[in-house]
Amino acid sequence: MNFESLLALIVSSTLVYSAPLILTSLGGVYSENSGIVNIGLEGIMTVGAFTSIIFNLTFAHAFGSATPWIGALVGAIFGSIFSLLHAFATINLRADHIISGTVLNLLAPPLGVFLIKAIYEKGQTPNITANFGYTNIPGLANIPVIGKIFFTNTSAPAWWAIIITIFLWWVLYKTRLGLRLRSTGENPQAADTLGINVYKMRYIGVLTSGFMAGLGGAVFAQSISGNFSISTIVGQGFMALAAVIFGKWNPIGAMLSSLFFGFAQSLSIIGNQLPGIAKIPTVYMQIAPYVITIVVLVLFLGKSVAPAADGVNYIKSK
Amino acid sequence: MIKVSAKAKHYLVPIISVFAGFLVGAIIMLIWSYNPITAYASMFTSALGNMNGLGETIREATPLIFTAIGFAIASKAGFFNIGLPGQAQAGWLTSVWVVLANPNLPKYILLPLAIIAGAFAGAIVAGIAGFLRAYFGTNEVITTIMLNYIVLYLCQYLMQQIMPASLRNDTDTTRNIPANGSLHLDWLSQLFGNSRINAGIFLGIIALLIYWFLMKKTTVGFEIKAVGLNPFASRYAGMSAKKNIILSMLLSGAFAGIGGVVQGLGTYQNYFTQTSSIAIGWDGLSVALLGNSTAWGILIASLLFSTLKIGGLGMQTVAGVPYEIVSIVIAAIIFFIAIKYVFDLLFKVKKTTTEQHPLKKGEEIGPDNGVDGPNLKLQKKG
Repeated sequence: MNFESLLALIVSSTLVYSAPLILTSLGGVYSENSGIVNIGLEGIMTVGAFTSIIFNLTFAHAFGSATPWIGALVGAIFGSIFSLLHAFATINLRADHIISGTVLNLLAPPLGVFLIKAIYEKGQTPNITANFGYTNIPGLANIPVIGKIFFTNTSAPAWWAIIITIFLWWVLYKTRLGLRLRSTGENPQAADTLGINVYKMRYIGVLTSGFMAGLGGAVFAQSISGNFSISTIVGQGFMALAAVIFGKWNPIGAMLSSLFFGFAQSLSIIGNQLPGIAKIPTVYMQIAPYVITIVVLVLFLGKSVAPAADGVNYIKSK
Repeated sequence: MIKVSAKAKHYLVPIISVFAGFLVGAIIMLIWSYNPITAYASMFTSALGNMNGLGETIREATPLIFTAIGFAIASKAGFFNIGLPGQAQAGWLTSVWVVLANPNLPKYILLPLAIIAGAFAGAIVAGIAGFLRAYFGTNEVITTIMLNYIVLYLCQYLMQQIMPASLRNDTDTTRNIPANGSLHLDWLSQLFGNSRINAGIFLGIIALLIYWFLMKKTTVGFEIKAVGLNPFASRYAGMSAKKNIILSMLLSGAFAGIGGVVQGLGTYQNYFTQTSSIAIGWDGLSVALLGNSTAWGILIASLLFSTLKIGGLGMQTVAGVPYEIVSIVIAAIIFFIAIKYVFDLLFKVKKTTTEQHPLKKGEEIGPDNGVDGPNLKLQKKG
């Protein structure tokens, strides 16, 4: 294997594994910036994965190659519906954010498998036929060297995720909505006195996180696992949560950390094809994202990086 | 709005949550045209209706008691130990490994050694989070989640690469442990229809007593609770917040670790590779939340959840309802516990007229000085 195709292999598998992480971590960034801690990303991803697979299996003959894209949208919509539970519990009913998020994680996998069993009468769906696969990006793929490494046989959802990141960064830091969203995460009392509807902003934050995590789960299911079972989403949501923190609660940071975690994940899978890497036990690649997150949290000691009112319930009458 | 006494409300919240959880399960079953009454009936008869089922239910409850105590101790100190799965898993692998590596030690040395080793492993995993919290202020929710996955992959690695091949059947399962390292009791198992019930349940009851005693009767427990309620006030009173944070996490992890030990030396008699965070960790968390972190609450909640989990298997075969409905019911129960604000809206605590100590003739309340206010004298009657 020559150097160029080696690099192309690493880049494309990194992008494939990063795409779900990028999308989900963006959701985490929005939720936490509005002041609601969302450790339920894992559960929401499960819902996204499950609904998109059902849609894909049912409608693949009707929509053809567009199926996974519509499936991703379906997963995102159901993800945001599922996240309503978290939003309602934490914003209106003053539930502890961690407990409510844990409920999402406890609820989603059995709900998915229950419905799979009710529909297909077995614990795992058949494999989908229409998946995201690999794409050549028209135009860009013809650029010499770079085109072959980055834009040939690559993951289209990953490039879309990068574009969405830039858009969501722009919304969060350059628009009125973004400023209001961040203000409810930093100081809800002050935001309320200025006439900002704190509850509405927090609903926007949580529902965005549901939409993005559902999208992430759908992309994972339709590009990596290819079916849905109890073990489809195991830890990706928590890894995305790690990316939120490693990326300092910023969309661009979350995207870069997701790319890095995706790189570590892909190395643990394609590592045996690469000279030099093959000798390193895969366990180092597997635990790298989690160890790095702890180290980063320790190193940020004393610097307030998380939104100040993240995880604090806002009670209006107080 | 219903007016109840404070004590009644204390019991009403978990009871109503349990019923509401079952109701959610019933509604989901109805939507997919299963009969909830047959389902629940078959669930309870298969879990409690015969000695084997009863034994399995108690067996299932045993590790949950330990992991729930682990969660409860940390939460008394104000921490959310979500790393129970990792701590229990570390305890499980360690204890099985210790037993397999020393098969010739006598039982009265080997068994305690393995249990302590498992507790130690769990304590180390939780202790990392406690240490980082105490000295660097690192959020323990994040570190314990991350540690879950670090332990998960490390255990796979240890199992497949480090453990001597002589201790394993294949790269995914260890050999079965010898009898001198096992919690299995022949008479107990036979009494309960050859189920996998084991001596772990006795350890569990002892653990509950220790937990109760520790929290209610010792300085250690008092300090842990004080730090949890108000770290600043307890520091002002001379308690070391750092020491108590680390201590509570070490204890929490040790109990969670024994939860894994009971699973390894009692239920399965071996260790096999896990591909996701182990269930007893999450269930222990649910048990502690439902049981409101009290010793009695943990015992009852663990038996309830184990009834659901064992009964669910029977329900699947008898009523044909997918087993997963059980986990949905448990998640729903915890959801209702989480939104206890609703109960504040539903039930108003009666304003109990503070019972006054009947004063004797001429008795005075408090000293008469500028700080404590004027002294009150009881009006002499007649």
